[in-house]
Amino acid sequence: MIELENVAHSYGGGELLSDVSLKLVPGSFHFLTGPSGAGKTTLLKLCYGELLPTSGRVGLFGRDLRGMSRDDIARTRQRIGVVHQDCAFLDHLPLDENVALPLTVSGRAGLSEEGNLRELLAWVGLTARANALPPELSGGERQRAALARAVIMAPDVILADEPTGNVDWEMSQRLLTLLVELNKMGKAVLIATHDLALIRAAKAQVAARVLRIKDRRLHLAGAEL
Amino acid sequence: MSAAQRLRVLLAGDRQADRVVPPTGFTVWLTVFTAAAMAFLAVFALALSLATGRLADRWSEALARTATVRISAPEGQMQAQVAAVMEILRTTPGIATARVLPEAEQRALLEPWFGPDLPVAQLPVPQLIEVTEDGAGYDAAGLRLRLAGEAPGAVFDDHTRWRRPLVRAAGRLRALGMISLGLIALATAAMITLSAKAALAANARVIAVLRLVGARDVYIARAFVRRFAGRALQGAGAGTALGMVAIAFLPEADAAGGFLTGLGFAGADWALPLLIPPAAAFVAFWATRAAALRVLREIT
Repeated sequence: MIELENVAHSYGGGELLSDVSLKLVPGSFHFLTGPSGAGKTTLLKLCYGELLPTSGRVGLFGRDLRGMSRDDIARTRQRIGVVHQDCAFLDHLPLDENVALPLTVSGRAGLSEEGNLRELLAWVGLTARANALPPELSGGERQRAALARAVIMAPDVILADEPTGNVDWEMSQRLLTLLVELNKMGKAVLIATHDLALIRAAKAQVAARVLRIKDRRLHLAGAEL
Repeated sequence: MSAAQRLRVLLAGDRQADRVVPPTGFTVWLTVFTAAAMAFLAVFALALSLATGRLADRWSEALARTATVRISAPEGQMQAQVAAVMEILRTTPGIATARVLPEAEQRALLEPWFGPDLPVAQLPVPQLIEVTEDGAGYDAAGLRLRLAGEAPGAVFDDHTRWRRPLVRAAGRLRALGMISLGLIALATAAMITLSAKAALAANARVIAVLRLVGARDVYIARAFVRRFAGRALQGAGAGTALGMVAIAFLPEADAAGGFLTGLGFAGADWALPLLIPPAAAFVAFWATRAAALRVLREIT
């Protein structure tokens, strides 16, 4: 579904990522690790078309990212759920409308989705906070809401950038459980994190592969975890 | 989607789409005020164009049909020369009627300048003959030659000498009015563009988030376009209404001031300024849309 072939990216200056190849297929579960600044977020951005590779090829659902129009990219993003590191909410809209935003902008908001939204909010335990504005939420609530927004379109792929970055252990376990459940429904999951305990906990529940960015390249990290 | 459908969607509005962009507060009123002021000016530019247009038409049509022969002759010869001129005019093809102005009418013409008590009969006032041409027209140069030969005191004046520059001036005024309308439209577009750019910059983060969750460019642009077109429509509506009221209450130009036919609208012309608000909304629509799509191209 998402395919990176010998991809390199540079923000000007030296390359941050070189010769990266990655294939996300239905039902796969990947972790992406590496020190801060190694390029985890950049790699995710390449996967949903926010950045273009400086060389190599990015394929999204069988199409080359370079050949896609702006509307193609928009439609592709409706099939990729992303949990952004900073959550990326609209601060003037209440939580429920923020979670429903992908439905709204794709013209699918309506009564039929009303039930789905309530169910989803209950699933991430935010029913009571539905009318709160994003700045009023705690870090954990924001990240659960971000996950809810990422999956509301029933996407084929879920990309999560440090989804457990500022939540306590118990909460990160709950978030992980949500992602594992989604993975068992056949979704491809890629989680960027440097929380090794989280990765260990996940390996007990799912056959997760661990990728590590080191010296600008992507390695498959193996047994040491 | 057809253009009509798109327009309906645009006007019907999408409450949800409007909500994704936060309200902008104070700058709203700047846009509304600008649109109102521009519409107010547009009403006057339009009135100027229409009034000068009427004036030019009247001068070139109504006055072109009449001419005057002025006879200045010593007391004894006046009757003979008038008779000679009338004979020439009667036999000139293209002239419908020729009428010797009676003393009372001549006095009425002079009254505004010399007062009511002027003893016209005792003054060497030239005799005027009013000439009306028929549809075919006549040969003015030939007529002048014949008059010069048979009635040396007669001067033929077909008004072109002073009519032409007036018609030209009126035409020029009409053109200036049209240019003003064009400039007002461009200035409105420029100001809407600036305020739309300010709104887009203030909402850069909102736009980025909408893009990230899969919004297409037209969806994002529409949220801004609707807002600005709506404001321009409101403002221009108010400005046009005020301008039309101001024109309606302009003091009436009476017969004495008939030279300036009065700035204003006549009859069906009153419908024309009603086109200003939709035109302003149209200008705002395209200005905002262009600004929004330009900003959107900068982000992926």
